[in-house]
Amino acid sequence: MKDRLQNWLPRLVVAPSFLLVLLFVYGFILYTAYLSMTNSRMLPSSEWVGFANYTKLFKLRSWDTALKNLAIFGILYIVICSALGLFLAILLDQKIRAEGVIRPIYLYPMALSFIVTGTAWKWFLDPGIGIENTMHAWGWESFHFDWIKNRSFAIYTVVMAAVWQSSGFVMAMFLAGLRGVDNEIIKAAQIDGASGFRIYRRIIIPLMRPVFLSAFVVLAHLAIKAYDLVIALTGGGPGRATELPATFMYSYTFTRNQMGIGASSAIIMLIMIFSIIIPYVYSETKNGENR
Amino acid sequence: MTISTFLKTSAAIIAVSGFATSAMAQNVEVLHWWTSGGEAAAVGVLKDDLATKGFGWDDMPIAGGGGSDAMTVLRARVVAGDAPTAAQMLGFDIKDWAGTTGKLGNLNAVAERDGWDAVIPEALQEFSKYDGVWIAAPVNVHSTNWVWINKSALDAVGGKAPESWDELIVVLDAMKANGITPLAHGGQAWQDATIFDAVVMGIGADFYQAAFIDLDPAALGGADMVKAFERMAKLRSYVDDNFSGRDWNLASAMVIEGTAGMQMMGDWAKGEFLKAGQVPGEDFICIRFPGTQGKVTFNSDQFVMFDQGGASEAQLAMAASVMDPVFQSAFNVVKGSVPARTDVPNTDFDDCGKKGMADFAEANANGGLYGSMAHGHANPAAIKNAIYDVVTAHFNGEYDSVTAAAELVDAVEIAR
Repeated sequence: MKDRLQNWLPRLVVAPSFLLVLLFVYGFILYTAYLSMTNSRMLPSSEWVGFANYTKLFKLRSWDTALKNLAIFGILYIVICSALGLFLAILLDQKIRAEGVIRPIYLYPMALSFIVTGTAWKWFLDPGIGIENTMHAWGWESFHFDWIKNRSFAIYTVVMAAVWQSSGFVMAMFLAGLRGVDNEIIKAAQIDGASGFRIYRRIIIPLMRPVFLSAFVVLAHLAIKAYDLVIALTGGGPGRATELPATFMYSYTFTRNQMGIGASSAIIMLIMIFSIIIPYVYSETKNGENR
Repeated sequence: MTISTFLKTSAAIIAVSGFATSAMAQNVEVLHWWTSGGEAAAVGVLKDDLATKGFGWDDMPIAGGGGSDAMTVLRARVVAGDAPTAAQMLGFDIKDWAGTTGKLGNLNAVAERDGWDAVIPEALQEFSKYDGVWIAAPVNVHSTNWVWINKSALDAVGGKAPESWDELIVVLDAMKANGITPLAHGGQAWQDATIFDAVVMGIGADFYQAAFIDLDPAALGGADMVKAFERMAKLRSYVDDNFSGRDWNLASAMVIEGTAGMQMMGDWAKGEFLKAGQVPGEDFICIRFPGTQGKVTFNSDQFVMFDQGGASEAQLAMAASVMDPVFQSAFNVVKGSVPARTDVPNTDFDDCGKKGMADFAEANANGGLYGSMAHGHANPAAIKNAIYDVVTAHFNGEYDSVTAAAELVDAVEIAR
């Protein structure tokens, strides 16, 4: 009896969440794919239109803008976060005093939600009340910084806020990686007469490869699903200059009564995420087998 | 452990837990987005009225002006088969709901008893009726072609309210020369579109009809549209550079404080002036957008009843309360709008309210009542937003006026 119970208990415990995930994640992914092939507008409909929504989607100027913005935002966000995170981690790894105090300070922004980050940065960057206004009040009259109000530069303010939020987290990942480097290797290099810079460039950073990969996957999916930060920071504006695929998807599905087009944009985003995650998972499992 | 054992176990657990449904009492459950102070007080009037008739009120407020969040919640409820008794809705949303779901209540019994046909303007009935059946009770009528001017700023430039486009430009130039921001405006798509409504109407009512209601490509891309966009660009030159993303009530505050000369906004802006202790005619004045006197571009909040196996007693009672002239007056005095029926006495309204009611009656008599494009009363949400995109892109300098008119034709075509 006891054996039977022990055999069944884990299944009983896991089953509800398994079923919920099956239905609410994979079930609704399939449902969204189905909706993207129908002429759903305000409410889901079942009239089949094939790929017409995808054709329309790629004709829309705002979808082009969203994709371009995602490219700018995604690349800058990932590159700057990784570089800054690694740099900070290396600095922290110099056996400095009070590391325990400094580390959480850098990590802290990650504890905030993107809504808070977005709102705070909106105020910083607003020329009327933020940095520009403060500089003018301090007497630096020629100071000029109105990127958030400028159509061509607004997307870079989103990058700034996002980098501020996430680079501390990337730093923590790299710091863990640096702590895992075998001291013997470094000592051997020092005996061979390698300089500190050379040791980092030739030995330690190449050893960080798995960390780079993890950081890339985490940051890439954050970039693709970025929604709340843009909504809080710029509201997609000025005009529609900071539209991202996620804000596009929400507005078409829920406020513009074009659910079919919204669903097709969601599927495109899903494909983008899969194209990042699947190679990652594949390489991870392959490594596991080798071990 | 196989997938199939997982599935069997999971199914069993779900079956055991079951779903509990609670019995409904004779309450009305009302979904709305009137959550700010004055609006909530106005809803309270309706609630008390229903209480005297013996119906409870289950409040379901979804904050967020314009109601897009409320619509998202409503959609989820209706798809799940759990529609509220009544929901606040605007313009083409009502038509879309009626057209796609057919799950709306029939209010003909109370409409015939109380003679709604005679007192509600036909332009409103367009939205309250579907296939000749009353499905909604209009609560109020907002009109969007208003200009709110700071009185002392206007006095400083001669004191005469502009009556034509050219006079408006003279006043704006003079205000600029006086060192204030001539036009207070918030750079959000719907605010840009609200001004665009008035500008297009200022060029001509027939043009408005052809472009926004008939969606005639010749009007959407024609010379008059280019002219409308040029006027928008002209107005943009009177707005300060820090306008993007500003909320409309902050723009109103600029006019109240006198750092800006005027704001072009619907009559809900009046509430901001009154809250700041300002008196219509003394501290601020309200005029129709120059060139649109006698015309009204409106939007109207309506309570749509959902079908619950024929309209229930509670729904009929609520509809009757909403249309009661006493409620219409009390509610609209608080809300800043005008009553949806034309036979309500104007005694309790302030000067701007009285002007609003007179203009509304005049426009109704002369056929000058048009649904507002910016507020979803001229065309469906998909097309409205497509127009928003072009208007706001142009207002932010992305397109020149000729390109914008051409883009407008394309955008409307894709959204249809």
